[in-house]
Amino acid sequence: MSARISEFIDLWGVDIWEAIIETFQMVGISLLISVLIGLPLGVLLVLTRPEKALENKFFFRLLNAVINVIRSIPFIILLFFILPFTKMIAGTTIGVKGVIVPLVVFTAPYIARLMESALLEVDRGVVEAYEAMGVKTRHIIWHVLVRESRSSIVLGLTIATIGLIGATAMAGLVGAGGLGDLAYRYGHLRYEVDVMYVTVFLLIVLVQGLQSFGNVLSARLKKD
Amino acid sequence: MIRLENITKTYKSGGTVTKAVDDVSIQVEKGSIYGVIGYSGAGKSTLVRMVNLLERPTDGKVFINDIELTSLSTGKLQKTRQRIGMIFQSFNLLKTGTVYQNIAIPLKLTGVPKKEIEARVDKYLEIVGLSDKHEAYPSELSGGQKQRVAIARALAHEPEVLLCDEATSALDPDTTESILTLLEQINRDFGITILLITHEMHVVQKICHEVAVMENGKVIEQGRVVDIFSKPETTTSKRFVQSLFQDELPKSLVSRLKERGQIVNLSFIGESSGSPALALVSKKFDVYPSILAGNITQLKDQPFGRLVVHLDGEAEETARAVAFLEENGVVVEGYVQEVEAHVG
Repeated sequence: MSARISEFIDLWGVDIWEAIIETFQMVGISLLISVLIGLPLGVLLVLTRPEKALENKFFFRLLNAVINVIRSIPFIILLFFILPFTKMIAGTTIGVKGVIVPLVVFTAPYIARLMESALLEVDRGVVEAYEAMGVKTRHIIWHVLVRESRSSIVLGLTIATIGLIGATAMAGLVGAGGLGDLAYRYGHLRYEVDVMYVTVFLLIVLVQGLQSFGNVLSARLKKD
Repeated sequence: MIRLENITKTYKSGGTVTKAVDDVSIQVEKGSIYGVIGYSGAGKSTLVRMVNLLERPTDGKVFINDIELTSLSTGKLQKTRQRIGMIFQSFNLLKTGTVYQNIAIPLKLTGVPKKEIEARVDKYLEIVGLSDKHEAYPSELSGGQKQRVAIARALAHEPEVLLCDEATSALDPDTTESILTLLEQINRDFGITILLITHEMHVVQKICHEVAVMENGKVIEQGRVVDIFSKPETTTSKRFVQSLFQDELPKSLVSRLKERGQIVNLSFIGESSGSPALALVSKKFDVYPSILAGNITQLKDQPFGRLVVHLDGEAEETARAVAFLEENGVVVEGYVQEVEAHVG
């Protein structure tokens, strides 16, 4: 048994390790950028709705529509659909660099929605109390809205991250590698069943770990 | 000082226009406690929220110390709001912050120097009696304690005015009592002008100098608390006063007694006013007073007593007895059997 394991590691260890790194790169970078875009969009979705601080019907409807349109497109189609845009932004359409743009386009609107629902949970009264104390709106956004919903934000980001890991599996189609790609190319196309099992197992561990971490962190941030 | 001039607030929803507040003018003198009382839906909450422009009046002007809030730019309004404290029925604390953070964060965000923040938090937590709760989270506190934190948070900005939006409505009677005592103490020690709204006459009775009664968006009666207590003009005011005295008489008794003589409400204001007068009535006139119900209570500054008395005698004699009582500082009003039910 141990001989088989060491044989497997000799044969596939480097590939799997590289795939893990690629997956982490893709997820890490695109998650970071998606949060930087999605969180402000979520805040805008909350603040521009009717009877909120920055009420703006036109902007609110437009943003809503754009997010819905993007979210309607499956990632595998989005990946090819926005190739020219990807080329324009990243300069390339292949490799890890080439897949970050579609991953962000895919994830940022999703995060915006998750942030929106998290921020909407915040008690209107607390926001009002801060308005009544003469605190500036931008401070209220950070110190009340985001702070009070941080537990839900963490849960939302956990969901988004797991979705992102799923999306990276398709990154192989543009040569970006990653665990999903490894499982597909070797496990499926070349019938190396062991590789498929191991990558699937690794993905399960990764997702389980992430979800547990998200749950624990969220619970710790929650004080009520 | 707070001055509201002809404040109106209308809401449009669908095709209907609702007047939540209808042409209300109120003046709250510096250092006084002013109560606005009304049943739910009377518009009192909208009214208090218009004082710091949490809701903008559709029409009318709001002045705080002669600054017209309604004409200020957003930036100036924010600056002015820092001088207006507000507490709420639902406390509105940060759930994710400790007691210390709940008071310190708004101070930081409104530009209070770091060194001073700590001193202020300590000072005001001491005043509200929660010095040992710096690190507690709101979820670990009782309702009364949460309201104390909210009061400390408001006071820490050292405001000139404190607005209370049903601040005691979510609290049990004992806690209500202690919060009212605290508000009274704040008013006395710091000279902070307080405008509070409530649906409990008890709150008005205990701490207010002046009161306005609201109904359907309008102020239907306003004046010194003692005047409203002794001579409520409107049905709603009468009901509020009655809610404290519980001196409704059985119908059968009233109709029987009314056959001979009349039933009157006597209000005694202050320590000594008129107290022997009732006893003298039977000596001086051919009238036998019998007390049907009675109560004495403490208004903010003075005791206030109310008796329901049957004056048994001929009409002429009882009229003279009433005149005599009034001469002696007793407020006399005809007894009204049943103040008609509020339709709300």
